[in-house]
Amino acid sequence: MTEIANDPFKNQHFDANDALSDVASLGEFRSLRSDVWRQFRRHKGAMAGCIMLIIIVLGCFLGPVLLPFDTSTPVVTNANRTAGWPHIWGTDNLGRDAFARALLGGRISLMVGFVAMFVSVLVGVLVGVLAGYFRLADGPLMRFTDLFLSLPLLPILLVVIVLFRDPVQDALGDGLGIFVLMVVIIGGTSWMQTARIVRGEVLAIKEQEFILASRSIGTRSRRIIVQNVLPNVLSPVIVAASLGIAVAILTESAVSFLGLGFPLELPTWGRLLNEAKDRIALNFWLVGGPGLLLSATVMSVNLIGDGLRDALDPQTRSKG
Amino acid sequence: MGLYIIRRLLLAIPTLLVISLVVFAILDLAPGDPTSQLPLTVPAEIRDQIRESLGFNDPFLVRWWNWNKLMVINEPIHAFETITNTCIGDCENRDRIISWSSRSPAMDTIYERLPQTLWVLGLGLLFGVLIAVPIGSLQAYKQYSWFDNVGTVVTLLGYSVPVFVIGPLFIYVFSVKLGWLPTFYTTTHDIDWTSWSSIWFQIKQLLMPVAVLTLFNAASFGRFTRGSVLENLNEQYVRTARSKGVSERSVMTRHVLRNSLIPVVTLLALSIPGIFGGAIITENIFRINGLGQLLLVSIGQNDLPMVQSLVFIFAVLTVLFNIVADVFYGLLDPRIRYD
Repeated sequence: MTEIANDPFKNQHFDANDALSDVASLGEFRSLRSDVWRQFRRHKGAMAGCIMLIIIVLGCFLGPVLLPFDTSTPVVTNANRTAGWPHIWGTDNLGRDAFARALLGGRISLMVGFVAMFVSVLVGVLVGVLAGYFRLADGPLMRFTDLFLSLPLLPILLVVIVLFRDPVQDALGDGLGIFVLMVVIIGGTSWMQTARIVRGEVLAIKEQEFILASRSIGTRSRRIIVQNVLPNVLSPVIVAASLGIAVAILTESAVSFLGLGFPLELPTWGRLLNEAKDRIALNFWLVGGPGLLLSATVMSVNLIGDGLRDALDPQTRSKG
Repeated sequence: MGLYIIRRLLLAIPTLLVISLVVFAILDLAPGDPTSQLPLTVPAEIRDQIRESLGFNDPFLVRWWNWNKLMVINEPIHAFETITNTCIGDCENRDRIISWSSRSPAMDTIYERLPQTLWVLGLGLLFGVLIAVPIGSLQAYKQYSWFDNVGTVVTLLGYSVPVFVIGPLFIYVFSVKLGWLPTFYTTTHDIDWTSWSSIWFQIKQLLMPVAVLTLFNAASFGRFTRGSVLENLNEQYVRTARSKGVSERSVMTRHVLRNSLIPVVTLLALSIPGIFGGAIITENIFRINGLGQLLLVSIGQNDLPMVQSLVFIFAVLTVLFNIVADVFYGLLDPRIRYD
């Protein structure tokens, strides 16, 4: 579309298919997507991150089902076993298998991470596009963003969770209530960087001629934003999203580690660490296990984010 | 410069007012009640009177204004009086913010806790930057060398392994297994600067919390410094400097490093709120009774005045650090003119 829009009046009888076959006849046809994919595959760290993340996700969702251990019923006679067979990471103070518990904890941590990242990106893109596209909204929205950036977020996060946990849990049920609260709060306090990046991109794109062309044929703002602006800010948003997963998982774990997030019946990595940190002398893997899984997840997500950034950056891509 | 700092400080006032409004509004929705800790034998009408006398039934904006008056006017005056040992006006009966759980002025407790937090946080930040800048620049200078590769892996580990995983592991290795360092921080320890054993004790108990924060800060700043220096090394001005015969050391320190540090300072300012978050967790792990620990305890006790004061103090510190970062900006980049 952009070829047409760049100079809408010069070539009245422009046929996109002709142009495509022209390009194709010049040699191998390389779309942007295949280019990015090729570059991404070449990034060793990113591929390692992908494999690691897939293993962790599969392990967390299938592991507790496949392992022959009951993760909820206490077996006190079996408590505080050190690592060995069949409990490769030992058991916790109630005799439950630490490995199965750690995998179970990953489920909620990962789900919170992905959903909260989604909320954060949604808010960030919305604020960024509105601020970048509509000049009137720019000032107030950016002051609002700056305000959020200068807030001490973790203290406020802790306070808000404590204050609203009971009402939200009453309204939505225990498990869902705390999940929704965590996701909304983590997403609602981590969107600022995305908003800033998107605003910058939109400001640049808005001045380009294909937007002017679109506007001159009477396209409404909403349609221009959805069809022309959003596809062009996709790259930075994808990078921000992948790094946002790491931030969300870390924030959830931090809150749960301080004992204010998920309850003990719904273990997350942070909650397991909170429980285990005073028993580390009894069984190292009570801390080492969830810590290892958490760190490996964050690392793989960071690696994928780095790989995506390199792959989506036209400057490094053209070299590859 | 002086004028700029004054103007920035004045501009911080509306920001802090908005922050105080936000903090007050969030906490005002809380179900907390100052009479909840009184004995059950206190009858309902007396409870109502207590609430009335504490101004609990006033409209929201009136309460916010009253709280602000205490926090922004009375407390600084009191602090000034204490430091200079003077008395301004009616200093005996001046109202102060009273904690619901300790029944003493909230700010007095905060002043007691502030030094521990600033020690750990400040040292962690200082060492983090001191390690990150040289290593990050050297990594960029020798890109793809073994030094760079090792540095990249260590950096990746440093910001992927969270503080609350590394902290317990440190305790396990250095306190439980090796027995070299104390498991927790003894705040009652009064540092006697004339006695080596006293200073050594303080160093030993600061070592692990500071190391944990340093590791995290060094990783995130080191990664950023490397990227920033790499970008600058490809600039034309570096070629110009080299071609006119400037020594390599001078090219790096005077030309490249100075330019590369500008975005690093931005990151520093932006990450201050996150560093406070890290301090809360570190204090929780190593049992340091600083501001973060106080906040957690106060949240647990439903001590609203204390939580409000603490969050506000965190906000003030954040805004102040931001101004300091902006001043450093001017020192690094002479193109920025403050008028």
